[in-house]
Amino acid sequence: MTWELFVQNLFNALTVGSLYALIAIGYTMVYGILRFINFAHGDVFMVGAYFIFFGVTAAHLPWPVAALVAIGGASGLGILVDRIAYRPLREAPRISALISAIGISFLLENLGLVVFTGLPRPAVQPQWMVDPITLGSIRILPLSFIVPVVTAILVLALLWIVYKTRPGLAMRSISKDIETTRLMGVSVDRIIALTFGLGSALAAAAGIMWAMRYPQIHPFMGVIPGFKAFIAAVVGGIGSIQGAVLGGLLLGTVEIMVVAFYPTLSGYRDAFAFVLLIVILLFKPTGLMGEKLEDKI
Amino acid sequence: MKFLKIMAGVMLAVFMVASTAQAQIKVGVYLPLTGQNAFGGQLELDGVNLAHKENPKAIGQDVELVIMDNKSDKVESANAVKRLIERDKVVAIIGTYGSSLAMAGGEVAEASKIPAVGTSCTNPLVTQGKTYYFRACFIDPYQGAGAATYAVKNLEAKKAALLIDVSNDYAVGLGTFFKRSFTKLGGEIVTEMKYNSGDQDFTAQLTEIISKKPDVLFIPAYFAEGGIIMKQARELGAEFRIMGGDAMDNPETVSIAGKASEGFIHTSFPYDSNMPNMNPEARKFTDAWKAAYPNKEPNVNAALGYTTYVMITNAIERAGSADPAEITKALAETKDLSTPLGMLTLDSDHNPQMPVGIIEIKDGKRVYLGEVQPE
Repeated sequence: MTWELFVQNLFNALTVGSLYALIAIGYTMVYGILRFINFAHGDVFMVGAYFIFFGVTAAHLPWPVAALVAIGGASGLGILVDRIAYRPLREAPRISALISAIGISFLLENLGLVVFTGLPRPAVQPQWMVDPITLGSIRILPLSFIVPVVTAILVLALLWIVYKTRPGLAMRSISKDIETTRLMGVSVDRIIALTFGLGSALAAAAGIMWAMRYPQIHPFMGVIPGFKAFIAAVVGGIGSIQGAVLGGLLLGTVEIMVVAFYPTLSGYRDAFAFVLLIVILLFKPTGLMGEKLEDKI
Repeated sequence: MKFLKIMAGVMLAVFMVASTAQAQIKVGVYLPLTGQNAFGGQLELDGVNLAHKENPKAIGQDVELVIMDNKSDKVESANAVKRLIERDKVVAIIGTYGSSLAMAGGEVAEASKIPAVGTSCTNPLVTQGKTYYFRACFIDPYQGAGAATYAVKNLEAKKAALLIDVSNDYAVGLGTFFKRSFTKLGGEIVTEMKYNSGDQDFTAQLTEIISKKPDVLFIPAYFAEGGIIMKQARELGAEFRIMGGDAMDNPETVSIAGKASEGFIHTSFPYDSNMPNMNPEARKFTDAWKAAYPNKEPNVNAALGYTTYVMITNAIERAGSADPAEITKALAETKDLSTPLGMLTLDSDHNPQMPVGIIEIKDGKRVYLGEVQPE
């Protein structure tokens, strides 16, 4: 492989990996606080992409405004889902909430099929995001820089909320002991709703960015990215925000490099990528960053 | 009260006599009218209805269409055929769009010995080894050969690359047939890359393909993935020609790929409302369509739907009977039947021989370039 090809593939990997990372931080945050895997995350991701699509095409909002509306709308949806499907199960065994999340996932997908129809729609891309930058024979999309920057900003914002604000203090407290937190006079339900709101906002942000890179939206678009990001979060150490970023980047790099170095194996890309991830988990069962429990938020 | 009862009885008797006196030939139609294939299915139904309106009789009897929606679902497809045969007692069946739907329905038709004519189901297995299944469209090997012939003869391509969805039968089949013809015609396959249905990122495969400098990239994909592949290829600086099959024939191809779809060439059936040198049958169909549906452009699916009805009524006329066994025998002997898709002759596998249409995207619009005879 030539030097140019390698650098090109490195940037390809950075783009995919940072998108996985962006989805994975939403999974990991909700898990870190509630010890609950929100399987509907990938579907909120899909709804976010549709919200911005309709914001731009139907409501004729400028792109940045539509993005904010989509993120707001998705977090509203997250809070609503928590109120209807998760809150009544707060005292039930954790597996019940998990099944409820899977139910919500199917509900959102099929609702999407009815409301938005199954026809894939083209996402609206601002031109400055898609015109590639050329460096010799290497071509890099502006998105390859934008997505990591957005991910970094969101991670910093998330860390600030969790470690520097009073609701963040309550979140960390809930993650340790929900009953004691309630006794301290914290409105636990409100804090959990806030957690889902934040998680869904992250999902929508990821959905918007994903649709910028892969400009085709349909009701099942969240299934595979959601699944892969979940695995990235587990490999990175679920509950750890830094781990989710690392896991996402790693998964993206492995996926691209398997094909880059072994072109004949391109049909088995996922199989090879996941075998490697299984090997990592065999040696580090709690994930790459999952060891130090005090790092969890 | 008694009088009313007698009147009702008389009326019933009259009605029954009237309905038996006017014998009817029932033809079933099963198509995806809802679900993901509804776009093509609806147009095919419009085509069938138009042909029926133009020629509502066969051997002096009225033809009645019984229409069922197979909902783009394999199970529903088999159920629809079962219902048409058992409840509605149809003598022949039209349908369907989609090879997997046709194969599900075909099993039922085969078991009940009722002839069926497929609209746009291009997989060879739909009719292979079947006695009662026929079709109006060409098959994938033929189409793959058509694309390869065009690439070698018209585009003067010497090196081709492929990017194939390995989890999709249509894509694997079409890709293989393209490869076979392209090498037979003296071309070289420089690389063959693969992906799985649902993948969205093709940058690694495309980077590899670009480094091999092919003249043409063949993607036997559906429009949704095809659009994304074209876009990513151009973003990575690919300058080669991109080609695809009939599954790319969808308005969404252009809306997803945008500028990246410029110059994209795909194969199709030999009909287009803007085709040059339209044959008289196609002209007649186009004019009739424009009169019947002024707000809709006739497309190739509509022409295929129209053709299936013509094939069935023609077989009934030649058989001189509406008996399913006789219709089957006549259908198998279909020869030089003039249809909007040209002169149609069925081969021993019940597949028609017709040239392959070539379409190019120019300035965001589909342009019918002409036909090729696959080699």
